[in-house]
Amino acid sequence: MAAKKVTKVKKAPRAVPAKAPKVPVQVGEAAVIIPNPRNVKPRSGSGKPSFWGYRRENGRVGVRNHVIILPLDDLSNAAVEAVGNNVKGTMAIPHPYGRLQFGEDLELHFRTLIGTGCNPNVAAVVVIGIEPGWTQRVVDGIAKTGKPVAGFAIERNGDLATIAAASRQAKEFVHWASELHREECGIEELWVSVKCGESDTTSGLASNPTVGNFIDKFDKWGAYTCFGETSEITGAEMVCATRGATKAAGEKFMKTWQAYMDEVIEPFKTSDLSDSQPTKGNIEGGLTTIEEKAFGNLEKIGKKAMYVDVLEPAEAPAKGPGLYFMDTSSAAAECVTLQAAAGFVVHLFPTGQGNIIGNPIEPVIKLSANPRTVRTMAEHIDFDCSGILRREMNLDQAGDGLIEMAIRTANGRFTAAEALGHREFVLTKLYRSA
Amino acid sequence: MAAPDFIAHDKADTVGVIVVETVKAGNRISGWIMENDKTIRVETLDDIPIGHKVALKDIKAGDTIIKYGHDIGKAVADIPKGGHVHVHNVKTKRW
Repeated sequence: MAAKKVTKVKKAPRAVPAKAPKVPVQVGEAAVIIPNPRNVKPRSGSGKPSFWGYRRENGRVGVRNHVIILPLDDLSNAAVEAVGNNVKGTMAIPHPYGRLQFGEDLELHFRTLIGTGCNPNVAAVVVIGIEPGWTQRVVDGIAKTGKPVAGFAIERNGDLATIAAASRQAKEFVHWASELHREECGIEELWVSVKCGESDTTSGLASNPTVGNFIDKFDKWGAYTCFGETSEITGAEMVCATRGATKAAGEKFMKTWQAYMDEVIEPFKTSDLSDSQPTKGNIEGGLTTIEEKAFGNLEKIGKKAMYVDVLEPAEAPAKGPGLYFMDTSSAAAECVTLQAAAGFVVHLFPTGQGNIIGNPIEPVIKLSANPRTVRTMAEHIDFDCSGILRREMNLDQAGDGLIEMAIRTANGRFTAAEALGHREFVLTKLYRSA
Repeated sequence: MAAPDFIAHDKADTVGVIVVETVKAGNRISGWIMENDKTIRVETLDDIPIGHKVALKDIKAGDTIIKYGHDIGKAVADIPKGGHVHVHNVKTKRW
């Protein structure tokens, strides 16, 4: 496109009056200055919106540029955190597992760690483990994306030498990653996951349907989207089964749901799960039964989108663009950690009572329709859709507002959870270690 | 239209959700049925917090509670129209 001749330099809109703000005597009286957003406007009209992301070696697009320091196991957390402290611009992601796991549980551990390293929001990875064997397996898995990765093992070296060597490597990765540039990408390259938390009845009325409106629009644009929470669909499972794009997908969902009931809920339950599902917060917010919660939950997948496949926990989608269901727990951090490990780069998180979760590598956008939560927990909420309940805004407008917030987030805007330092990285463990 | 005091998803629903923070016993409150865009009125018998449910008809113990047009559990006590519907008088049919 030919550039228009610029005759007059347009001034950026002023966010605050030209006069400098007064330093308040009492800090409680200080007005919070909110500068005007300076985001790139999404393309309008017939064209799909676009966003600015980091294109990685394997073609996938990320919206963050993290250099992560990833431990193989619990024993390596101290070294990982030391490296994270030594080298600015890195992020350590400690976690409590990785020892003596076996079978499917071990496979899930590797899939989650490797998937986290492979996520396009990550530019480069330093892996530290207690011994070289399993550490190498994580390094090899991440290396398949073509991104820079290096591994270090503590045995025969000790923490201090390992920390020094890993810090030198991490510093080089930071120099390299910090020179990468964002490029303009089509909206269909933005992989979006969804999961709700501390839901209440306002979630089912407004914030979850807002996400559903978003999903229907993204589905039409040919994007990858993902929902999960196997246990929490209980009560609405038959409705969910009808949302499979194929008969096979619907049957696979029912099989997955039934297995969760038979292998997790039934053997371990001691009551009707009151206080766990729904949670104490759900009940405080007015949700009475799991069935009520389930129908509210399912509002997140909109009215039209059909899921093309059912994924194992942390499994990357492989059947082309569309909506995917992932077999996950309904605990917020467990679910988002698995979705991030499957390659999703932006998360939509509707909340009623105010779940404050974040994720180290996948920005979590919080929205709420509960006016009390928006008022009392304002610093945690990125998008207020309580206007739906007052009939000041309809679902279509709310969905468009959320799309704009997702694009701003993709372009670099920190979410509330990122600004407040929420980095809940919670691995799913299937059973006790050997 | 004015902001509703409560909202029901479906015209078949036997409960509505309070969406304001001020509902006390004896209030005449107005509600919006999303499905058909109709307005209905109920007189409350209890103080009902925001997000909690109000009975839109007389419900007998054992009756199925309908919300989203679907079965969301059963009443374990009689609930008169306008009463507070929650864990004290409704239980899951699952688990």
